Parts: sequence; structure tokens; C-alpha cells
Amino acid sequence: MPLVTIDDIPVEVPEGTTILEAARMIGGDIVPPAMCFHSKLKTSGGYCRTCIVKVEQGSAKDPRPIPKPVASCRTTVMDGMVVRNITSPENLEARAGVVELLLINHPLDCPVCDQAGECHLQDLGYEHGKEATRYEFARREFEPTDIGEHIKLHMNRCILCYRCVKVADQITDGRCHGVINRGEVAEISTYIEKAIDNDFSGNVIDVCPVGALTDKTFRFKSRVWFTKPVDAHRNCAKCCGKVRLWYQGEEVLRVTARKDQWGEVEDNTDGTTAWICNECRFDKKNTTDWTIEGPSKIDRHSVISANHYETSLRNIKADTLKMMGSVPHGVKVELGTGALDPNNLHK
Amino acid sequence: MSKKLLLKNDHIPNIHQLAVYRAHGGYAVLENTLKNSNPDHVLEEVKKSGLRGRGGAGFPTGLKWSFLARPEGVSRYLVCNADESEPGTFKDRYLMERIPHLLIEGMILSSFALGAKTSYIYIRGEYFYVARILEAAIAEAYAAGLLGKNILGSGFDHDCYVQVGAGAYICGEETALLESLEGKRGNPRIKPPFPAVAGLYGCPTVVNNVETIAAVVLILELGGDEYAKIGIGKSTGTKLISASGHINNPGVYEIELGVPVEEFIYSEQYCGGIRGGRKLKAVVAGGSSVPILPAELILKTANGEPRLMSYESLGDGGFATGTMLGSGGFIVMDEDTSIVKNLYTFARFYHHESCGQCSPCREGTGWMEKILHKILEGHGTMQDIDLLWDIQSKIEGKTICPLGEAAAWPVAAAIRHFRSEFESYVQNPENIKDIKHYYRLQN
Amino acid sequence: MTTSEQIVFSKESLEVVQKMMLRYPEGKHKSALIPVLHIAQAEFGGWLSAPVMDYVASILMIQPIEVYEVASFYSMFNLKPVGKCLIEVCRTSSCWLCGAEDIIDHIEKKLNITVGETTADGMFTLKAVECLGSCGTAPMMQVGADYHESLTINKVDALLEKFKSEDKQSRYC
Repeated sequence: MPLVTIDDIPVEVPEGTTILEAARMIGGDIVPPAMCFHSKLKTSGGYCRTCIVKVEQGSAKDPRPIPKPVASCRTTVMDGMVVRNITSPENLEARAGVVELLLINHPLDCPVCDQAGECHLQDLGYEHGKEATRYEFARREFEPTDIGEHIKLHMNRCILCYRCVKVADQITDGRCHGVINRGEVAEISTYIEKAIDNDFSGNVIDVCPVGALTDKTFRFKSRVWFTKPVDAHRNCAKCCGKVRLWYQGEEVLRVTARKDQWGEVEDNTDGTTAWICNECRFDKKNTTDWTIEGPSKIDRHSVISANHYETSLRNIKADTLKMMGSVPHGVKVELGTGALDPNNLHK
Repeated sequence: MSKKLLLKNDHIPNIHQLAVYRAHGGYAVLENTLKNSNPDHVLEEVKKSGLRGRGGAGFPTGLKWSFLARPEGVSRYLVCNADESEPGTFKDRYLMERIPHLLIEGMILSSFALGAKTSYIYIRGEYFYVARILEAAIAEAYAAGLLGKNILGSGFDHDCYVQVGAGAYICGEETALLESLEGKRGNPRIKPPFPAVAGLYGCPTVVNNVETIAAVVLILELGGDEYAKIGIGKSTGTKLISASGHINNPGVYEIELGVPVEEFIYSEQYCGGIRGGRKLKAVVAGGSSVPILPAELILKTANGEPRLMSYESLGDGGFATGTMLGSGGFIVMDEDTSIVKNLYTFARFYHHESCGQCSPCREGTGWMEKILHKILEGHGTMQDIDLLWDIQSKIEGKTICPLGEAAAWPVAAAIRHFRSEFESYVQNPENIKDIKHYYRLQN
Repeated sequence: MTTSEQIVFSKESLEVVQKMMLRYPEGKHKSALIPVLHIAQAEFGGWLSAPVMDYVASILMIQPIEVYEVASFYSMFNLKPVGKCLIEVCRTSSCWLCGAEDIIDHIEKKLNITVGETTADGMFTLKAVECLGSCGTAPMMQVGADYHESLTINKVDALLEKFKSEDKQSRYC
């Protein structure tokens, strides 16, 4: 198994592992940010360039450095490879440059954006961005459009990560949206304002790292940090039926797929990805539709976890039980074993 | 050092016709090779010749060929890159228009060496009429048994097709070209895998420039060793140079690599000096993406040695004082030229041609164009010059494909060598020349 | 070309398309997309409307979005109607060095339109384009499929006069 060293931390990984995956195995601050890579989508990654790292030594066999920064999400490790991410000021500087460029045309309309609070671009800007923009020209603008009944496209916010296009390609039949036009004015579009007529189209919302594709049933209802995520499931003929419900009070405001600590849709126990169908996502907004498992584990360093789960385990238990108490009579409650495991909680 | 190999017959009337081409020795090399030689021998000769890719990157062709994967039962392809779009470059168009059969002969020979049963010539859509010329020549070749099944009784089968693009500079990047050839957007692929392993339709593929493939015919005619004696050092053979701008004799010239730049600019045999007897201000020596050099640095290296038209000599001094041979697009500017405005036309070009796939290029090319426009409108500040420098450094090396560098280098070089001109535009906007109409076009 | 029932290739074009699809290995007929779009643009009025692109998708048995993605990427495809005579003047470096902007200004004045516009009679559309590989014979313009090089003001005037009676939209077909 190849041995790779990332920021002076050695890790042995299976053949074919990418630098990003290897860094995720190590975990912590050395994991490069990834806006366009999504581990559940084939051929994703390589576009946004935020995950760039410096390869100081190509491999044990050929120790020469790679002259340019590489996209860690699309570069396979070699035995003896030495990689620098946060221990290279030069690399951090290069990443800051990419982040600045990603933001010059971004509207920074976080106060009215439904993604705020769980936006990867917000995190990225916070960690790697500059205090002020040096861009003084008009930002490019598109009119918001509807992609069907339930999905809103705010192209102004899009960073062209291609994740939604990969979803459309890989998990729905007869893709009808894609990237049209070229260069700076390239946009996600159906070209003739077609609805995405597919049971799994809503998954484009879950993979969108920014607020470009949002759930119209959740539009302007609340802020992410005012809602409480709860894992739940139902028997669904179309999908795995395993979801995350986002409660405000007793009302389910939003249903999403379950995401892992990297913000990527989780796997089912059988190794398939837990994509959810549109019926589960858009039509099942009553607690009675679901079997509640318990509060979601939110590992990601996000305001979502900050608001609810930072207190002691006891508080969490209390919170959970309180919430259970609010579940209407007759709904079966299963205590998720993982939910109360302190190892799974945000530190 | 006039040396005509590729263009030795370009003056012959109707050389584009098969009969005329054959009457002047055309396809003799192919016939001889198919009858008396084998693919390995062809590869050996190309390696020995030291031929370097003529599209711009200058990568050794023999080495590129030797990387081609040869798994059992999988088709291999040769694709000719005729998407010539680098501003300042028009040599492939000339070669294809004048002597289409030289390219076709090269395609068959190279395919024979690579074991490719099918090849495509991907030509930019705007060269529509050239595509027609190539198609006519290919039809002639089929009719004469030079293409198709069992070529000249050798048992070698080969089909060659012309594919037109539709207006996208980026399709000159080999993986974008392959995407386009597959009927997709010209978005460069993320490498690895390289085309030699997974190229067209996922099969092992070699992509070579028009001039490179045509040169294979000459290499086999002369022998690799003889070819390698032409030129200077590692810059072997001849090179087509597209000369344009403020010179008396713009056009395509075949030079033996190693001709002094000064001779190339001033000799009657080549550019014939600067128009109107003006002074030379600057040269972009290898197509829009290579660093611009001021007169003193293009004529002589920083060490005071005469600069030669070769990969090494033009590169002497690195980017601090040197440039690159690139595609051989040689753009000459006289003393009245606004370097800032010329740079603006490049920046506008790269902004227009960015595919938009990766963020630094998509966002950065437009930003640079806007700042240059601002400076040219008389609203620039000193900080804008530094900002331009900073933006180009943030694009360079951070992108999926070399378009990032192509967009960044001209900006960096213009500021490096002509900063005072930028500053004078900022400090005294009245110094901004009547950049629009300064050329005084004649009726 | 306004109603969808009229969007059918002529017999000749269909034959060309069928022959073209044989250039590619089995199952790789999407490769014919760009050449077929050129044919469609020439046949259906010089631009690609959504119904025309849908028709091309149906011929190549691909999704319409695959056609939109490609058609909107390449600068030679017009997604809006253009005049009968499409004038494209190169303006990059060498052409600019040799007076391209004078040519553009002159045509703008002469036709009373600005770059990007079409004359009221639908005859001429003027575009400023990036390098067309004619740098040694700058300034130049492409009209339809033809290159017109080493332009002068007088040459442009003569050409405009000539084009008034011609349809120069056609591209690759």
C-alpha cells in the first residue's frame, strides 16, 4: 500500500487513493477544502481548484517535485509522495488567490440566501478569503429561474462545480439540464426552462455547495441555524427513504438527504449512496410521515452544530428526549444508537 | 540559412492536386516505407530526427509516440491538430491549403508507425475552405489506393477523415480537441490519464500538429540522422514561421532553426524590415501566449549574444529576459505601437476563449481584460498595474489546462518589460495614444 | 423555417449526415454533432433555434441538452437570427496592428449599425471576432465561408456593394 506524507503526517492508503481522500483519512485541519469534488459522483472534481496542494516529492521512485500545484481531488497518491497543504505558505497563498477569484462575481447575498449557514463557499471565504474584494466592476448577473416546480436556480451564486450536472447524468435518466454558454458567462440551464422531470432531480439541491440550487418548499421559511436536524426514515418504494428532517418547532420545514462530515450525501449500509426521491423530499413534510431516529450527528464545523449540540451529553439527551416528547402520539420512535454516542458528536 | 523542406514545392502550380504532387515525388516515401520498412523503423527515424512538436509546446515527437499504449484488441488513433487558433499563427493553414497531400502522406506514415487504422484531421471551423481542400485531396488519395484497404498492396488499412470545429481556441488543447471530436463542449480533460493511454473514445491516441505530421514525410525521406543535422543543437530541422504585424513582407517562411532573429526581421528573404522605415519596438515571437520582448532583448540575449530562431536561444534567460519559440507566430510591432493596447487585444481574446470550466481562468481572464480596458480609457491607477500582476500570478499554474498560462504570460511580460508605458497611461492619460486609429490605414 | 413541421433536412443533407456518421466507430455517432449543426445552421436560416437543435438531437439520438451545451459553446453557432450576410471582422493583435478598428468603424458607419447589430432590412450582421488565422494578410474579415484579406477601405466598399445581392450565411454543408 502506498505511503504518502501530507503536512508531515504519514498515512498508508489503498492503491488508487487520491491525495484528498488520503488527507481525509488523516482528518483535521490538513484536509483541503473541496467545492466541486463529491465522493459519490464519478468524474467530479478538478474544476474549482480550491483543493490544490503542493507535491514536494512525486514518489519514492521519482522524487522530483510536481512543478505546479495539483488538484488533490483528482491526483492519485504514489508511494513515497510528499504533499504540503497547510504547511506550505505558498500553497495557502495560491488557494487564497483561487478563493478571491471564485468570489469576485459572487453576489455575497448571504443575508437572503437559504444556503447561508451550510454554505461551503461561506466556510471557504471565512477560512481563506480576504477581508475586502479588490474587484470593482459590475458582477455578472442572471435572473433567478425555476427548474420545475420545486427547484430554484440562482445562477448568480453558482460556482460551476458541475456537481448537479453529474447528478443529472449519473442518477437520473434523460438529463435535461447542463452547462451552456462558454467562459465567464457559462451557466447551468435547461436552455428552454424545462422542468427536470425525474423522481431524483431534487438531489441537485443536496449536492450544490452554494445557494445556487435551493428547495422552493423551504424558500425564505427560516434560517438553517434556526432549524433542528433529525434523522428519520420511511418505507419508500422509490428510494432508501433515509432522510434528515429540519424542524422548526414542531414543523418540518425541509427534508434533505443525510450528509457526512464533508457535506456529501452518505452511503447506505449496502454501499449505495443514500440519494432520496422527490416525494420524500418535497411531499412528506409531516412528522407522521416518518419514523424518527433521533437528532442528526452534524460533524461539520457549522453553525448548525454550533447552535444545538455543543453542550454536554446530558443536555443533548435532554434535548433529544424533549424533542421526542414533542413527537405526536402514535408515531413510532426509534432511538438511534449512534445519535447519543459521544464519539459522534461535534467536539 | 534558407532551407526548404516542407515548402520546397509550394511554388509549383496545382501542387494541391494528387497528380502534380506525385509528379514531384509525392507519396514516394509512403510507398517505399510500406514496401520496405516497418512501423518500428519509422518510430526510430522520428526519434533520431529530434523532431519537436510544432504546435507550440515543443515536446519531442518520437517520445510522445513511444508513450502510446498498445493494449491487444484496442483501436489506436492518430488525430491531427489543425485547430490553429493562436493569434499570430497561420502556417498550418498555408501548408494545408497549398500542399494538402503532404499532410495526408504524413498522416498515413504516422498512422502506420503507430498502428492506427483511423485518423482524424480536426480543423478549426473557420478554415472551412481549407477543410474542403483537404477533403478533395483525401478523395483523390482514396481513388488512387493511397487510403482505404490494403494501401498500395501493403496490407495496411487506413481511413482518414476531416472533422471541422466551430470556433473555439481551446480546442487546440489536445484533450479539449478530443472532447470536441467526440461531439462535446471543448472542455479540457483533467490529466492523467493522458491521451496516449485514454484519448479519443477512451482509446490510446496521439495528437500531433499539422506541421509535425508533415515533417515526418521529410524525416523519412532524408533519414532521421540527416534531418537532425539541420538546425541547431536540440532545435533540429526546419520550422514554419508565421510573420505578421508591422513588417514589409508578412507571410509564412520556412527557416532552418538557428537563423538569427535580426536576420529574420530585416533580411529581404524574410520579413524585409519594419514598414515605413520605422524602428522596431517589440516582438511576440511564438504566438500570443509567449512573453513579448522589447527590441533590444529580441535581437540579443541578456548576455549580448545574437538571439537565434531556436527553442533554446529564444528561451535563453527564462521569462526574465527571454521568451519561447511557441507555435512560431511572429508578431512584429513598430515604435508607435501601444503595448498596452496590444495586450488588451490578447486579454480580450483569452477572456473570450476561456472555456469556463475551472475558476481561476474563468474569473481571472475577464478581470484582467476589464482592468486593461479601464487603463486604456484613462481611468487607471498605479494599483491597477500591481493588481494585474497579482491576478496573472494567481491564474498561472492553477488551471486545468495551459490556457491559464497563455492568458497570464502576456500580461506578466508586458508589465515586466513595458511598465513605464502602463505608468505613463495612468499618470498622464493624455499620453494614451489615439490607440484606435493610430495605424492610418490606407484607402 | 418557422414551424416545427418544416424542420426536416433536405434529402441531400440527410444523405450527407448519414455518410458522416459512418466516419465514427459504432455507437460514437455523437461525434457528428458539430458537423451536423453546421449543416442545420446553413439549411435553417443561418441560426440554430431550439426546435432545430431538438431536431438535430433526434437525428443523433441524444438528449436536447447535449446539443444546447455544444451549440452554445462554439462561437460559429448563432443562437439568434442573423442577417443574410454575416460579416465577421477580426480584431486580435496582428489585425488590430494593421488597422482592423478602422475597418470596423467604416463598416459601422456605412451600414449604420454597431458591432453585434443587424441592419433594419435584415441584410447585414456585423460582428467583431477573435483571431481567424489570417494575421499575415491583415486586416481581414470572414463573410459566410469566405476569407477576405489585406483589406482596405475601398476594398471593403466594393465587397459590401457586391454582398448586397448575395446570401452569405452558408457555412459547412
